[in-house]
Amino acid sequence: MTELWNGFTKAIELIVSLDPEVIEIAGRSLRISLTSSLLASLICIPLGSLIYFRRFPGKRALISLIQTFYSIPTVAVGLFVFVFLSRAGPLGGLGLLFTPTAIIIGQMILITPILLGLTISAVSGVERGILDTAYSLGASNIQVAIVVLREARFAVVAAVIMGFGRALSEVGISLMVGGNIRGFTRVITTAISLETSKGDIELSLALGIILILIALVINVLLNRLQQRS
Amino acid sequence: MPLIETVDLCQIFDKKDILKNINLKVEQGEVFALIGPTGAGKTTLLRLLNLLDTPASGKIFIDGTDTNASTKIRLAMRRRMAIVLQKPAVFNMSVYDNVACGLKWRGTETGEIHEKVTNILAMVGLNTEINRKARTLSGGETQRVAIARALAIEPELLLLDEPTANLDPTSASRVEELITGILQRFDTTIIMTTHDMSQGQRLADRIGVMVDGEILQTGSSNDVFTAPRNREVADFVGVENIIDGKITTSEDRVVTIDTGNNTIEAISEYPSETGVSACIRPEDVTVALSKQSTSARNLFNGEITRVISMGALSRVELDCGFPLVALITSRSAQELDLKKGSRVYASFKATGIHVIRKGGK
Repeated sequence: MTELWNGFTKAIELIVSLDPEVIEIAGRSLRISLTSSLLASLICIPLGSLIYFRRFPGKRALISLIQTFYSIPTVAVGLFVFVFLSRAGPLGGLGLLFTPTAIIIGQMILITPILLGLTISAVSGVERGILDTAYSLGASNIQVAIVVLREARFAVVAAVIMGFGRALSEVGISLMVGGNIRGFTRVITTAISLETSKGDIELSLALGIILILIALVINVLLNRLQQRS
Repeated sequence: MPLIETVDLCQIFDKKDILKNINLKVEQGEVFALIGPTGAGKTTLLRLLNLLDTPASGKIFIDGTDTNASTKIRLAMRRRMAIVLQKPAVFNMSVYDNVACGLKWRGTETGEIHEKVTNILAMVGLNTEINRKARTLSGGETQRVAIARALAIEPELLLLDEPTANLDPTSASRVEELITGILQRFDTTIIMTTHDMSQGQRLADRIGVMVDGEILQTGSSNDVFTAPRNREVADFVGVENIIDGKITTSEDRVVTIDTGNNTIEAISEYPSETGVSACIRPEDVTVALSKQSTSARNLFNGEITRVISMGALSRVELDCGFPLVALITSRSAQELDLKKGSRVYASFKATGIHVIRKGGK
């Protein structure tokens, strides 16, 4: 119990004193996960809207499939990306394995189903009258999609924040395709896992607290958004 | 060439025919009202005309161009018109932005948008609410935003779906005044739906009566009201006295109609043995206490079942072997001392009766 208490106080010290290693790792985590969630949003929000607006055979099945992949294990995505990016893999020549880019790619794949699925449900929550009104006022298909996304903006932003949370908290992908290289691909989650196994409870706890603080901020943001909508 | 024309337009939902072979022509500058009971298919037709939905079969032409030629043509044609839906949806933005939308989508310049939007908001009386969130407006105000939004794009064709159906009387008359204002200021062609016969009469040049997915009759409101083509139209436009019977004799267009226990004389082209309904307008029925000499061919003795005073006029309901309603001035009702149970003579002229064939379309 004392060990835990000591660890906790030291962890607070590390955070308050802005320990360079802690800041560096937390900063990298945020950078990588923000990049992956923003890039995934750029693809998924238009794609999700397209799936919603277009009628095509197998649409329902596709949406079910997307929803199934909400809870895809991170190690499964890690393995998939590893196979593709490893030297012998189809994209091995790019030399991306064990780089931040590899983590970003993995996280993008991980959160794509969440972003797609939640975008589809966000836009389908917009009442039919809004679509009709936009069409009747002479909007083109793209203009209608923009109006609908605008109407669903709170739910869409909530989807992006959910995706960011999932990307930030995953460990499997970062470990498998990032390699946990100190000063290069080490992020909060991989550092916690390594430092704990090394017995450096203080650093692990400090990073864990930062992760929880970020989660808290995300939650507060989400709540506020839900209240506004 | 009509501004908009439909050819054999049909719509089917869940294997049910909602619209059956609609052939409609509306000319430039005309105000056309589609009247009919709820569920007749009026909204469905309006949505098709606005190219919001695709018909099961049939075609819509605007200025002679087939609107189904391509997506590009549909958008171009849709941009020539605007619709105000029965329950208008407003975008979650300010009143100003809501009204500006249509112009923005057409690529109008910001300065011009500002001028037009400000003018139109003043016209609908919402100039003080420019920056208000449109979602916080009342039902009547929302309807006015929807009308302003439609007018902002200066449509050649304005489609109004029951523009006053969900409003309180004050808001409804305000919206109606607004429509009258539009008619005076712009040369807009309007197609509106209403289930209110009198609203149709007040606003429209021409009326189409729609029942069960079919347009049964089109014509001036006076034509439709005084000479309904069939029983359904007569019922809907509120012809009070509809007496069913069969023509027994026909001579020089003067026919005798056997109504079961009475006979009525009327003017009609139909031959003997035709099943008909005789429509008698309540204002054409005169009521007297004694059997006066009258030129009216139809004279019946009956008992008053009810007298209702409606301001200057009184509605007298009689039982003459068939129910008959007369509309007379309240003054004469008073002078004659008409009350429930009194026996009176009711008369009406043969020429005032509109005869319609039973089962006719």
